[in-house]
Amino acid sequence: MNLNSLLIKNGRVVDPSQNKDSVQDILVLNGKIEAIGKGFEIPKSEPIPEIDATGLVVTPGWIDIHTHLREPGGTHKETIETGTRSAAAGGFTSIACMANTQPVNDSSYITTYIRQKVATDSPVNVFPIGAVTKGLKGEELAEIGSMREAGIVAISDDGKTVMNAYLFRKALDYSRRFDLTVISHAEDSNLKGLGVMNEGYNSARFGLRGIPKAAEEVIVARDIYLAELTGAKLHIAHASTAGSVALIREAKRRGIQVTAEVTPHHLTLTDEVVGTYDTNTKVAPPLREKEDIEALQEAVADGTIDALASDHAPHSREEKEVEYDHADFGMVGLETAFPLYYAKVLKNHWDLSKLVAAMTLKPAQIIGVKKGTLRVGADADISIFDPGIEWVVDRSQFQSKSQNSPFHGWKMRGKPVFTIVAGKIVYRGRV
Amino acid sequence: MTTPNASPANALQLKSLLGTEFLKKEQIQLLISTALAFKERFEKGQSIPATLSGKTAFMLFFEASTRTRSSFELATQRLGGNSIVLTKGGSSTEKGETLLDTARNIEAMRPDILILRHPSAGSPFLLDQALNLPLVNAGDGFHEHPTQALLDLMTIFQSRKQIRGTRVLIVGDIAHSRVARSNIYALRTMGAEVSVCGPPTLLPPKVEKMGVKVFHELEKAVKDQDVVMMLRIQFERFSHGQTPSQGEYSRFYGLNQRVLKLCQPEVLIMHPGPVNRGVELATDVADSSRSVILNQVSNGVMLRMSVLHLLSGGEPFSWKEDIQ
Repeated sequence: MNLNSLLIKNGRVVDPSQNKDSVQDILVLNGKIEAIGKGFEIPKSEPIPEIDATGLVVTPGWIDIHTHLREPGGTHKETIETGTRSAAAGGFTSIACMANTQPVNDSSYITTYIRQKVATDSPVNVFPIGAVTKGLKGEELAEIGSMREAGIVAISDDGKTVMNAYLFRKALDYSRRFDLTVISHAEDSNLKGLGVMNEGYNSARFGLRGIPKAAEEVIVARDIYLAELTGAKLHIAHASTAGSVALIREAKRRGIQVTAEVTPHHLTLTDEVVGTYDTNTKVAPPLREKEDIEALQEAVADGTIDALASDHAPHSREEKEVEYDHADFGMVGLETAFPLYYAKVLKNHWDLSKLVAAMTLKPAQIIGVKKGTLRVGADADISIFDPGIEWVVDRSQFQSKSQNSPFHGWKMRGKPVFTIVAGKIVYRGRV
Repeated sequence: MTTPNASPANALQLKSLLGTEFLKKEQIQLLISTALAFKERFEKGQSIPATLSGKTAFMLFFEASTRTRSSFELATQRLGGNSIVLTKGGSSTEKGETLLDTARNIEAMRPDILILRHPSAGSPFLLDQALNLPLVNAGDGFHEHPTQALLDLMTIFQSRKQIRGTRVLIVGDIAHSRVARSNIYALRTMGAEVSVCGPPTLLPPKVEKMGVKVFHELEKAVKDQDVVMMLRIQFERFSHGQTPSQGEYSRFYGLNQRVLKLCQPEVLIMHPGPVNRGVELATDVADSSRSVILNQVSNGVMLRMSVLHLLSGGEPFSWKEDIQ
């Protein structure tokens, strides 16, 4: 029996790359899509395992272009093995991992190390993102070309903003030689200061230092101007404010090469939840306000925001069971991302293909990988979810090594049930 | 939401006193009436209930404090209890211990009540969820300092016989003041009209949503106020771009004789202490007949006795006047 062959029958196939949304069968042979449609011929030479996808939705494998796997250096939070198992359990077949490991992924050696670990430890595809500057220090460019040869798909100092506008401009210029997208973590470090939550009425109430929305918006505006100046490809990570959305919308209208992503938590939670002082609500950029959620939803609906990305940021209990001021920023997200996105589809009556495009085709385009499609001949990376299943988040059941989720106990609808990478089932959920 | 835990069996129906934001009017009335009764009994040499007899108050102070700490210690002793003080510099993280470790360690020592001061907002809320004993917030970061606000209301009531309708102006660094927040909430709950005044750099964002009037000019703000509450300015504000210098701050936001003349003649001058004499408050104003600063200090002990007494299950005391 061929492990990399499968017949997926009677699923609702949603593939925006081919404008498909209908009940079809998919034949996978040797890790590639062999046929898609109805009534095609099935080879009789060897038995092919079947998945009955009746009532399930079958899509190209989901891609999360914003995760932190913490290896090397932060393996008490997450490892490549646990992080990628978490991805598979969340329905993702490909993820990109950020460069803020220890040591930083700012050289081909670290990129190579990560890729070697991925080859042995990961059930899903992992695309490393290289640093923009050495050590994420914002002082000198990292060896971007060498990292590109070693396999990076984009560059970013994510976690930090390259505050020196001159240097960021040079990074954008240089990225064009290697056809790399530059991903901006937009938070002006001076305006952010010691802030721990969104600046507004709630920060005043809770007595916590605020981070103004302008801390993000001034950098988004700066980077859009620099993208225009250089002609480079800019991607705005985790857009969180209505103001950022307006800037990105306007830049796209003017034909500047800018894309953007939004996280499930910025689409779902407001800064009101910080009032519990639960440090799992502490994240960068911070949770904002209702009007921002509305603008972000609208931006997903009209395509201003291209991709959905979890910003999976695992932290250990030691780093979170502390004072709000002292807790690390970030929350895990891979295993709760999909149902939170799907809740938006249900609530806003979005076309399912819009969600799928933002999780497959669009992110693949942003990082320039040949993924995100079920076309014949493509890698057989397939995600299958059950749209009807209701379940409750239990963080103790996470595959991730960390449990820093504010969604523990949330009732969800929709769950990934098969995650298939190159024709191999790497995760099988309870149906 | 920072709602208090489920009602335990005491007159306040509160497990802990974490802040004033969610205190109801009746709870504030009980706390003040009991404090006023204690004060009268104390002054007449009458007995005070030994509510804390055989009990230990664990005072955990992560931040320097002399007056609040000694006020709580005296309050504990006057109720017949023992207190133990643990002061820790820095955060638990710097010691390699999490805040919840700290909580579990304290609980293992079996104290009866925990009094916590902490430089990080919300820390008492996190500890309260983890602990099965009553907790009093003695100040958390810029967030709340409920006993200070309650003693301020007690002082206002004693002087004016009414809180409702009283016009109270809070002046200074509102953004970084837990005293201001707790006072705004408690005063508003009791029906006072609250205004704040300070440079825009030292006001919290959207402070007007707390139901207060906002002034930037002290001379305009003090007119028609019944109470002017001056806050202590921390000297670190002058080095963080929040206000240029002590001299300039004092010039625009200091309460001196010139500004006092713009106030109503019967205005009350309050200050949570310690006073930076000559900075936010001129010495002759601090020591003037309008100042009730020392009443605040003595009321503080009585109010804290009331808090400890009621949270420990003591019966509330009534007061001859209606606290409105």
